[in-house]
Amino acid sequence: MTEMRRVTAIRNGTVVDHIPSGHAMQVIRILRIDTARATPVSLVMNVPSDKLGRKDVLKIEDRELNQEDLDRLALIAPAASIAIIRNHAVAEKMRVELADDLVNIARCSFSNCITKNNREPLPQRMRVVSHDPLEVRCYYCGRGQEIGELVENII
Amino acid sequence: MGDVVTMDDLTNDEIIEILDCAERLVPVARGDVILPLLDGKVLANMFFENSTRTRMSFETAMKRLGGSVLNFSSIGTSVAKGETLYDTMQMIDGYADVAAIRHPRQGAAQYSADAVEIPILNAGDGAGNHPTQTMLDLFTIREAHGTLEGLNVVLVGDLRYGRTVHSLSHALVRFGARLTLVSPNTLRMPDEIVSDLRSHGAEVTETESLIDQITEADVIYMTRIQKERFPDEDEYAKVAGIYKLEASDLSGAKKGMAVMHPLPRVDEIDPSVDTTDHARYFQQAFNGVPTRMALLCRSLGVDVPKKVKK
Repeated sequence: MTEMRRVTAIRNGTVVDHIPSGHAMQVIRILRIDTARATPVSLVMNVPSDKLGRKDVLKIEDRELNQEDLDRLALIAPAASIAIIRNHAVAEKMRVELADDLVNIARCSFSNCITKNNREPLPQRMRVVSHDPLEVRCYYCGRGQEIGELVENII
Repeated sequence: MGDVVTMDDLTNDEIIEILDCAERLVPVARGDVILPLLDGKVLANMFFENSTRTRMSFETAMKRLGGSVLNFSSIGTSVAKGETLYDTMQMIDGYADVAAIRHPRQGAAQYSADAVEIPILNAGDGAGNHPTQTMLDLFTIREAHGTLEGLNVVLVGDLRYGRTVHSLSHALVRFGARLTLVSPNTLRMPDEIVSDLRSHGAEVTETESLIDQITEADVIYMTRIQKERFPDEDEYAKVAGIYKLEASDLSGAKKGMAVMHPLPRVDEIDPSVDTTDHARYFQQAFNGVPTRMALLCRSLGVDVPKKVKK
């Protein structure tokens, strides 16, 4: 049986496909998508996927993700595929790639880290010490950061 | 370039080189030989948290080498008025050639190293790292056993908050040590550190019993349960005084087994141990001087002569 189209196609914007099942809400947070904004955001969760078994898909109208967005996205959806849509057609395809050094993406979750003082001017930095399984540590204090914490502390 | 924030800033060869330099500098550290290698250089001792041995041994090390020292304490200074660490360090960048920093917040040493041009020596950041202590610990272990390779080292006490044991364990596994971690369950070594140690291929055992470990140990490294790092008094009371080493406990120990402690001790090591051949902790405290001399020379790009003559 053909899979029924769950969300209409978009005219301009970005489709984020192959988000791990159940993580679309985290993607919305990490991309700082303002859910109160006027343009539509479509979210599909737990649909069957050959690649992931189950996946989430996000369609964001009138916003083209940039490199900084992709760096953030890589934390949650390292296998995501991105399509930039212009005038109903795929104008560009992109893949996410997690950098080794994450600058000003999330604040350290550790209560005693030097960066907890908001007035300290140097950037927030995280080091990706392992990509698979994902292991992220604060560059300054060395504390390991859970993905949930990173999403919670997104800048 | 001359920063030492964690032990990862030094290769094994560099560690050995620094220990060799420190060994040659022992007569200078004792004051038997005058060697003004750091004449005209200024060390800033940036202590945002109390310290006795670390601060004083840095000061002695610098002065014995002919340098001078600016002593900073955060009490009653601009820090108390709310100055950021970044700003304080900018000032020091203009006043000194090298800085030793101790700070209650973890990551403060790396942060300072990024903020300034002068080399930073981490003298302890929160529960993070304390690499200059590690260097003097390694010096003491090598002095006792003639090598760092393949020893059985038992680390005891507060392994969760004790930055000394965090830095030391990282360094020891790089030299092929076998580690036995002895602590109450609430003060276990943090998981990310244990996972790091194992990923280096180290044999790491965790246990709550100290007595069972004594006969097989080459080094027993005691630490104080640090009251000041506990969130509440009740949690502290549950584990205070849990490990006590007395001279009678050491009857089955190997000859040459070294009992070490970063000091200050409370009741982890009974004074009866002081007069045994195993006691190394006071020598260990002295060793802070030659090792910090060697570290200061390295940071300032000054070579230690191959022969130090009287």
